[in-house]
Amino acid sequence: MMDQWVYSTTGLHEKDFETGRVLVETWKSKAEYAWDAGIAMGRFLEELRCGRLVGRRCNSCHRVLFPPRMFCEQCFRPTAEWVTLAETGTVMTYSIVHVRWDMVRLNQPQVPAVVAIDGASQGMGILHLLGEVVPESVKMGMRVQAVWKTPEEREGSITDIRYFKPIS
Amino acid sequence: MNRTVEIVGVGWSGFRSITPDQSYKELIFEAATRAYADAGIDPRYDVQGFVTAAEDYHEGTSIYDEYTPDQLGAAQRPMHTIAGDGLHALAAAYMQIASGLMDVVVVEAHSKASNILSLPHITAFAEDPTFERPLALHPIALAGLEMQALINSGRITEEECAGVVVKNRRNATRNPSAAHGIEVTSKDVLASPPLASPLTSLMAAPHADGALVFVLADTERARTLKGNPVRVRGVGWATDTPALDSRDWTGGRYARKAAEMAYRVAGIHTPGREIDFAEVDDSFAHKELLHLEALDLVPKGRAGEWTLQGQTAPSGSMPVNISGGALGEGSLLDATGLSRALEVVLQLRGQAGPRQLPHVTTGLAFGWRGLPTTVGVAAVLSA
Amino acid sequence: MTMRRVAVVGAGMTKFVRRAQETGRELAWEATSKALESCEMSIDQIEAVVMGTGPDAFDGVHMKSEWLADGAGAWGKPCLRGYVGGGTGVFAAAQGWYHVASGLFDTCLVVCEEKMSPAQPHPQGAFLTIFDSFIERPLGPNLLWIFALEMNAYMQRYGLRKEDIAQVAVKNKRNAADHPASLLGDRNITLKDILESEVMAWPVQRLDVSPVTDGAVAVVLAADNVARRVTPQPVWIEGVGWNLDTAYWTDRDLSYPTYVEEAARMAYRMAGITEPRQQIHIAEPYDPFDYKELHHLEGLMLFPKGKAPEATALGITQRNGDLPVCPSGGLLGVGNPIAAAGLMKVAELFWQLRGEAGGRQVPGDPRRGVAQAWGDLMQVGTVVVMGK
Repeated sequence: MMDQWVYSTTGLHEKDFETGRVLVETWKSKAEYAWDAGIAMGRFLEELRCGRLVGRRCNSCHRVLFPPRMFCEQCFRPTAEWVTLAETGTVMTYSIVHVRWDMVRLNQPQVPAVVAIDGASQGMGILHLLGEVVPESVKMGMRVQAVWKTPEEREGSITDIRYFKPIS
Repeated sequence: MNRTVEIVGVGWSGFRSITPDQSYKELIFEAATRAYADAGIDPRYDVQGFVTAAEDYHEGTSIYDEYTPDQLGAAQRPMHTIAGDGLHALAAAYMQIASGLMDVVVVEAHSKASNILSLPHITAFAEDPTFERPLALHPIALAGLEMQALINSGRITEEECAGVVVKNRRNATRNPSAAHGIEVTSKDVLASPPLASPLTSLMAAPHADGALVFVLADTERARTLKGNPVRVRGVGWATDTPALDSRDWTGGRYARKAAEMAYRVAGIHTPGREIDFAEVDDSFAHKELLHLEALDLVPKGRAGEWTLQGQTAPSGSMPVNISGGALGEGSLLDATGLSRALEVVLQLRGQAGPRQLPHVTTGLAFGWRGLPTTVGVAAVLSA
Repeated sequence: MTMRRVAVVGAGMTKFVRRAQETGRELAWEATSKALESCEMSIDQIEAVVMGTGPDAFDGVHMKSEWLADGAGAWGKPCLRGYVGGGTGVFAAAQGWYHVASGLFDTCLVVCEEKMSPAQPHPQGAFLTIFDSFIERPLGPNLLWIFALEMNAYMQRYGLRKEDIAQVAVKNKRNAADHPASLLGDRNITLKDILESEVMAWPVQRLDVSPVTDGAVAVVLAADNVARRVTPQPVWIEGVGWNLDTAYWTDRDLSYPTYVEEAARMAYRMAGITEPRQQIHIAEPYDPFDYKELHHLEGLMLFPKGKAPEATALGITQRNGDLPVCPSGGLLGVGNPIAAAGLMKVAELFWQLRGEAGGRQVPGDPRRGVAQAWGDLMQVGTVVVMGK
């Protein structure tokens, strides 16, 4: 039987660390980057700062792509023009999150969602957060609209949109 | 298993010290578009597989593989990443075609070194956490140690290393894609600020941004495409130990083993005679000398002498790094080995313009994974 | 053209533990030495090494495979590391396949290692940087988000309840009680336990997820003639397939893994499989979350879309059912050292098809199995079909 081909690896327990039975060395990596935004993201972020969402049209398949990109990944051709989109959209899927990445429980749940934006082709969505909403009342297909930071607060970031809220 | 593999298209973008106008995706899309035009193919229909060479910590993204397909036309296609050099990706493509599984495979590698703000820290992060990192040395110390060991062994001199820099940076002045071509003298090189003695700053390749895309196909398929196939006669790669204490500091064993495999597959018995020219890693000047001997391209112990005599210059008997190498083009991180192969392809096709070597039919491309590794990849290409 | 036949001739693994004392390199060595022992081969007979291992951020070593290579027996050898996120474990076997099928090598060792525990305070931290640096990271997403978003999309599309999904966790954790390497095997776990576990990111609850684990697995591959000399019972790699979807995951229909179907089609075509549900006798789909087993069973075209939960409820996917699924106990039961977990499934099929799976043995005479892994941003499918 295959049991003999399983090595008896040494599993450690919290106690081993608390009592100093094991030697631990700690390193923090210094990993810092400044990514060139390039044309598509550069313009997208700039438009966010102006309070607008933009996509790109592919003249081959005629899709309006969102997030915008300078080439259509299906046709493998350069995209042709910028398209100003609406600031409303539809919830494609969502979750109610109670924990942070390190599993610490949140005081208030977060509601991330994939929101398909009006004006882009069907199903073209982005990840964002829902706000001003009772988490349990969120539904698939819910209609939402962007809530922006003030012009002075905006910096050319996806967080220039604070969240999407239900359209009443 | 009797299939032979050709490079049927090449495209590249760069190489420049900074590329602020383009994101990495846009840079790669440009290189890919050129490669596909060169090969006369449509990636959405004519390609069965795609391979990228990349490292998470060079990109600043975990599972960077996620971001590889779109700019190559590989969305919803068989695509994978190799955490290795571009030549490793080329070897992977070679195997996918040689097996009969695929007929056309695309290879990509790129550098956005200008976007990495803490590169030496990241390179140091590749060192062993228990035995090596605690020394808190700038990783370039390892290059200094190796150069010193080679000098001590009598195999090279500082002047010979300077000679490599002079040659390569001059060669780069005739390469429109090179980022760092200039005329320097030996004196300039030796007098440049020391980084990790005896290594001076001009002996270390500066970095550059760029992207390269190759299209490979089996020979039968290559015949149906636009002209100019270059045969991949042999590939070989090898990993020596990562440990500093037990590695072979002066023998370049990783290069020797990689080349042995590549020569075996290519059917090459006397590389010094059968290889017409070579592009070998020169991320540090002494590496070119170390590699030339380990790859058996120059007589044992004579790499430095040959350099000073001009035997490795364009007009010499074994032209090396006509492109300018990493010293002249810029080190392209994980794409460096592939840029070595690019020059070999261009030379064999007669497309090297002012750098064109006359009558070359077989070239060697050799890449090294960079500090702190002892990993190399070799490819023998023939017209 | 006829492709060279390649077989798995040996397999070995470490125990899957929450936090191993062994370094990553030592874990690789443990699995490799057991794999070699299992087929009585020495490292000198291995001509090439394929390494599969997930984000470098877990171990905290950049260019991780260069550092791990010694432990995996790669010193002085050609060694390549393939990296397709969570799909790596099964993909590594496909990579090993193409090493040998290319004719360059007669033998190849495939080693998958994952030591997630070093990433502190929580290995989830390594996943913070998988998101798009421009338009996603500033939102502070964590890995649970995307699983929950996908799980919700799948559940809502087919009107599924948590019970329909949680039964997978029960099955796999019970199956794993018979796996000697398992971390999470539990013969007595019930549906109630899963359904009452803490909600982390609705609809994901704590016991829907397989936690962070350390471990390594290795398999030995050999070409036809060599394989037959090494073992009287080689298990052939009959099909390999992989497929990577667009990085723009927010443009994807998350309720169905198209890229798994594409990868399966590629593997099935190579293996000559035209009716997967009939011709495959054991399935080991990737199950980091319970709903993923169902999602992937549909992508593998083993059950119609939306119908995998029903098949599970009917007992079809139990070990003694008509199509045993994850008889190993899967990731939910054995553990989830990401790359190693995928290769564990390949090893499981190897042992199952040779009748060596002990308490987990699927009855009858299973002759063909499929192993599948998945990863990246709900994006890559990797599939291997094995048979005897």
